[in-house]
Amino acid sequence: MTAVTPGEVTSRIRAPRITADWVRDKGVYIALVLLIVFNVLFTPHFNEFSNVQLIMRQVAAVLIVSLGMLMVIGTGGIDLSVGATMAIAGSVLGLAVSDGAAVSGGLGLDLTLSIILAILAGLLVGLFNGFVVGVLGVQPLVATLSLLVAGRGLALVLTSGGLVQLFIPGLNKLSVNNLWGLPYVIVIALVLVAIVAVLVRRTTFGYRLVAIGGNRRASVLAGLPVRRTIITVYALSGALAAIAGIIATARTHAADPSYLGLGYELNAITAVVVGGSALAGGKVRVLGTVAGAVLMQVLTSTLAAHNYKDSQTEIVQAAIIIAAVYIQRSSRSSE
Amino acid sequence: MTTANQQPTLSVLGASKRFAGVIALNDVSIDLWPGEVHALVGENGAGKSTLIKLITGVYQLDEGEVRYQGEVAHFRSPRDAQLAGIQTIYQEVHLAPQLSVARNVFLGREPHRWGSIDLRRMNRESAEILARYGIVADVKRPLGELGLGVQQMVAVARAVSADAGVVIMDEPTSSLEPREVDKLLNVVGLLKEQGVAIVYVSHKLDEIFRACDKVTVLRDGKLVSTGPVAELNRLQLISRMLGRDASDLETSRTQFGRDSEIAAEEPVLVVKDLARRLVLDDISLVVRPGEVVGLAGLLGSGRSETAKAIFGAMPLDAGSVTMNGHTYARNTPASRIHSGVALLPEDRKVEGIIPGMSIKDNIALASLDQLSRAGFVSRKKQDEIVDIFMKRLRIKASGPDQKVQELSGGNQQKVLLARLLCLNPKVLLLDEPTRGIDVGAKAEVQALVAELAAKGMGVVLISSELEEVVEGSDTVLVLRDGAALGSLFGDEISEDAIMTMIAGAAADESEAAH
Repeated sequence: MTAVTPGEVTSRIRAPRITADWVRDKGVYIALVLLIVFNVLFTPHFNEFSNVQLIMRQVAAVLIVSLGMLMVIGTGGIDLSVGATMAIAGSVLGLAVSDGAAVSGGLGLDLTLSIILAILAGLLVGLFNGFVVGVLGVQPLVATLSLLVAGRGLALVLTSGGLVQLFIPGLNKLSVNNLWGLPYVIVIALVLVAIVAVLVRRTTFGYRLVAIGGNRRASVLAGLPVRRTIITVYALSGALAAIAGIIATARTHAADPSYLGLGYELNAITAVVVGGSALAGGKVRVLGTVAGAVLMQVLTSTLAAHNYKDSQTEIVQAAIIIAAVYIQRSSRSSE
Repeated sequence: MTTANQQPTLSVLGASKRFAGVIALNDVSIDLWPGEVHALVGENGAGKSTLIKLITGVYQLDEGEVRYQGEVAHFRSPRDAQLAGIQTIYQEVHLAPQLSVARNVFLGREPHRWGSIDLRRMNRESAEILARYGIVADVKRPLGELGLGVQQMVAVARAVSADAGVVIMDEPTSSLEPREVDKLLNVVGLLKEQGVAIVYVSHKLDEIFRACDKVTVLRDGKLVSTGPVAELNRLQLISRMLGRDASDLETSRTQFGRDSEIAAEEPVLVVKDLARRLVLDDISLVVRPGEVVGLAGLLGSGRSETAKAIFGAMPLDAGSVTMNGHTYARNTPASRIHSGVALLPEDRKVEGIIPGMSIKDNIALASLDQLSRAGFVSRKKQDEIVDIFMKRLRIKASGPDQKVQELSGGNQQKVLLARLLCLNPKVLLLDEPTRGIDVGAKAEVQALVAELAAKGMGVVLISSELEEVVEGSDTVLVLRDGAALGSLFGDEISEDAIMTMIAGAAADESEAAH
């Protein structure tokens, strides 16, 4: 078998070195710090508190979606349906909270109950994904791609194809109010970050999801409840996407099934990968994902502030994704 | 053929290599002569792989030099070395399973005609090459459809057809049947006649004494000895590898004479008539507390499949598994583990370890439920149990947080054993527990198995090394083509008896065919 491998040796010494592994572990934080320093120096009004609050409001929804995506990717899967799930949650919320006179089919329910219904809708979508992937054994990409298409259709059907305007005081509060200067939505996102971090690091569920992503066959032979874990992961991703959908709905004062959450699946995958988690599964980094989501958001605002067009911004984002995936690959080959 | 005053094909002179300040290889020199089979042996961490990687351009030397065909060689990459005529054959076949055999033989150097691959010529020539080495295979079939042994031979054919000066074989026989090993060694003989210098890395002493001319022993990155194989006996060779006195090696043998005690016990595991079309044919066996039941047979005889079937990891057409008098309806690994059965799978990397996870998480993985409350894993409980098993199994690592993928094969295997022992099983199914691990770890694992059995655990032991089954088992069930040929008990167990049984069945079959 192998004699002395480099890994064996470095682990004995633990000398800090700039290696591909190190860049993958710390790269996202360094990039974020550099970007913030750049902004503080060169972008007018960047460090004004209102601007910081704005960035927080913008990043909350994608951050929440990324948390679910992180767990799904951790098991070696992927969830392309999160954007559509956001739209479904928005439509359910709109339908539940509006009264029948304003919107056809409106239920006129209390806001809290409506929000719970919207989250349950997301959970259901996730359970369906989990069933198709975990029990039927369909490839995650294909299974969730079908819902990416069908889910948005369902959201449109729910609202009879139109946009539902929502001027609900409670929803508006959710979107504009602050708690000790922190927007409500970012407080919600941070609480969810903390919950997911505990789930992943401290619970049997978290250990199992990482193991399944690391080596599924070995996990089966170690007697782990693989199906149950996979179903749970997709269900959580659906529920988190629904929460993000509610936040996005509140922000736009409307449930817009055509555009709500459009492209969020890609933003979430980007945040996860840029954050240093392995796209193939088995390596789950919660804080990295937070930094990844914030990095991409700050980058977008920076480029906008310096008058770059959206199309140019997208090219820069693409370059960062490629760099992140490249770093993952190069570190794997050095192992 | 060569004469004594010719130069070596390849010389390594005073090679040293450090990784992050730690010496992996220290001032090692060896000569590889044309037409010579040179065994390279040593425990894990001895420096074998490092030496090979220096020769093949994967690593660069810190000190010393490599001379190839009389000139100082600077291979910057494995491709450089390959182009110069240094071919390496790895333990696992590194080829493209979907492509045809012929495509694989010529992979990367396909003959072209009018801008496209000349399929006809490729098929013809690869068939010639394979025939030259006595390999029977349809060159148009996808490689992946062939047996592992044939795949390995194709890899050899591919390497040697490229005008090799040096062929390095890294444990080439670890997944081969004895018959296939014979074929491979024939090919090695042919290469020898062609004047190729062969480096043969192996843990199997039989093969070293049978096929090699010289042997170089490495230990802890240093050269222990290099010289003709004929000057050493087995015990001397083992003691050089381990750096122990030869007398210490006798300690890990199983004690016989417990047979009557074992026979008095009620069986803990009763397996009846396991059947699956084309795989298993009504296999039955009984394991009593403290008993080691060996499964003997050639590769593909259904040994591993039997273990998987008992463990609920393979769908069955018929059969039952009873633990402590209780027959479980559900055939899943999880329910078997619950009933007290644990499986050490055959393929450590693919079926066993979670490579990116730490040692402690790998160990705790199967017993998370016992180590947690309300779904929360108790770090304290986990650290305690991990600490116990890392010490008990002497897992060598920088600490419990080290990633399993960084460990040597022997230590990875110990991590998996620790994972099983955390479950406190009543029956252990061990599929190739010592494959691909160094001699020291092997002795430790064998001693552990004997110790566990002595304390009352039932064990099913599978090994492709007959010696291991013979020495470690109280009962041996001999398998062939998925069916049981018979059992041997206590004093009846010997390599001869097992081989006679297998050979007898083969003779019957060929008679029946006439």
